[in-house]
Amino acid sequence: MSKTLAMTPETAQPDTTETARWQDYFQLMKPRVMSLVVFTGLTGLLAARAPIHPVLGAIAVLCIAVGAGASGALNMWYDADIDQQMRRTRGRPVPAGKVKGEEAASLGVVLSLLSVMFLGFAINWFAAGLLAFTIVFYAVVYTMWLKRWTAQNIVIGGLAGALPPAIGWAAATGSAPLNAWLMVAIIFFWTPPHFWALSLYVTTDYAKAGVPMLPVVKGAKETRRQILIYSLLLVPICLTPVLTGLGGPIYLAVAALGGAVFLILAWRVFASKAGDAADPRVADRALYDVTEDEKAAGSKAARNLFAFSILYLFALFAALLGEAVAGVHALELLK
Amino acid sequence: MKQPVDTQATRDAAKKARNGRNIALGLGLVAFVIMVFVVTLVRLGANVAHPHP
Repeated sequence: MSKTLAMTPETAQPDTTETARWQDYFQLMKPRVMSLVVFTGLTGLLAARAPIHPVLGAIAVLCIAVGAGASGALNMWYDADIDQQMRRTRGRPVPAGKVKGEEAASLGVVLSLLSVMFLGFAINWFAAGLLAFTIVFYAVVYTMWLKRWTAQNIVIGGLAGALPPAIGWAAATGSAPLNAWLMVAIIFFWTPPHFWALSLYVTTDYAKAGVPMLPVVKGAKETRRQILIYSLLLVPICLTPVLTGLGGPIYLAVAALGGAVFLILAWRVFASKAGDAADPRVADRALYDVTEDEKAAGSKAARNLFAFSILYLFALFAALLGEAVAGVHALELLK
Repeated sequence: MKQPVDTQATRDAAKKARNGRNIALGLGLVAFVIMVFVVTLVRLGANVAHPHP
C-alpha cells in the first residue's frame, strides 16, 4: 500500500498546536516502547559482564532510549494518516491535532542525531553505529516501506525493536558477539506471535487503515498457523543462551517453564477461531462459521497469548539481568 | 486550517502550555550540559588514571 490515505488538510493538521503541552511532545516518543527498550538495552549492557563506569552505562542506556524515542516520533509523523484511522492510535498527538506533523519529524531528526552523536562521543562508535542503523531501519525501512507493503512487515521490521540489547552489549564492550545476537534473536522471533496475537482481535482496525497485517492479507487461519510456527522457533532459541554461556540456572527455569506455557497458548490460538469473525474471506464458508461463543473463545485465546508473550519476554530478560547483577554463573552446556 | 476560537481562555491555555514547553526545553538543555560535563570528567579521569602510551 502506498501512502494514499493522506489526510485532508482540514483533518490532518488542525492548527491547535499553540496549546500543545510538553507531555504531548513526550508522547511522540512512545514512552511505553522506550521503557521496554531501556529494559532490554540495560540487560544487554549488564549481561556483557564487562566493567563499565556507572555514569557511562547510564548515558548509554539514555542514548538508546532517546534514539528509540526519536524513531517513534518519526514513525508518528509518517504514520499520522494510518493512526487517524485506528481507534488504538487515533488519540496520538499528531492525528489528534495537538502537534504538527513537521514538528514531530523535526523532533525525531534532532533527537536521532543527538542520541547517536552523544553515544559515539561518550561511549563508542560501534554502539552508535548500531543505534543509527536501528533508527534508520525503524523509521525508513519499517515505517516508510515494509509497514504499508508486506504482511511480513512486523517480522522484518521487528529487527529494529530487537537490536537494543546488542547496542547495550556493544556499549559495554565495544563488540557484539554471539550472545548479544542471541538476545536480539529472542526479541526478533518473539515479535511475530506477539503482534499477530494482537492483530487477531483488532483485525478490523488494521483493515480499515489499509495496513497489510497478516490477518488482513492472508486471513486469520494462516495467521494462527504462522503464530504457531514462530512460537515453535522462539522457544528453542530462548533455551540457547544456556548453551553459550549467557543464561544461568534461573534463566533456564524461566525459559523452559515459560516456553512450555507459551507453546500451549500458541497451540490454543492455532486450534481456535480467533480472528475468523473479522475475516471477510471466511464469511461464506460453512467450515468457518463462527458462533458468538467461538468468537469469544478465539478472542480470549489470542488475548491470553498476547498478554503472556509480554510476561515471557519480561521474565527472560529479568532473569538475565538478575543473574548478571547477582553474579550468578552462566551455564555453558555446550562445553 | 481549523483555527481555535480566539478567546481569553484559549490565550491563557496557550500561554500556560508555552511556559510548560519552555521550562521542559530549558531543563532538557541544562540536563544535557550537565551530562556532557560529567561524561568529560569521567572520560578525562579514566585517561589520567590510565594514560595511553
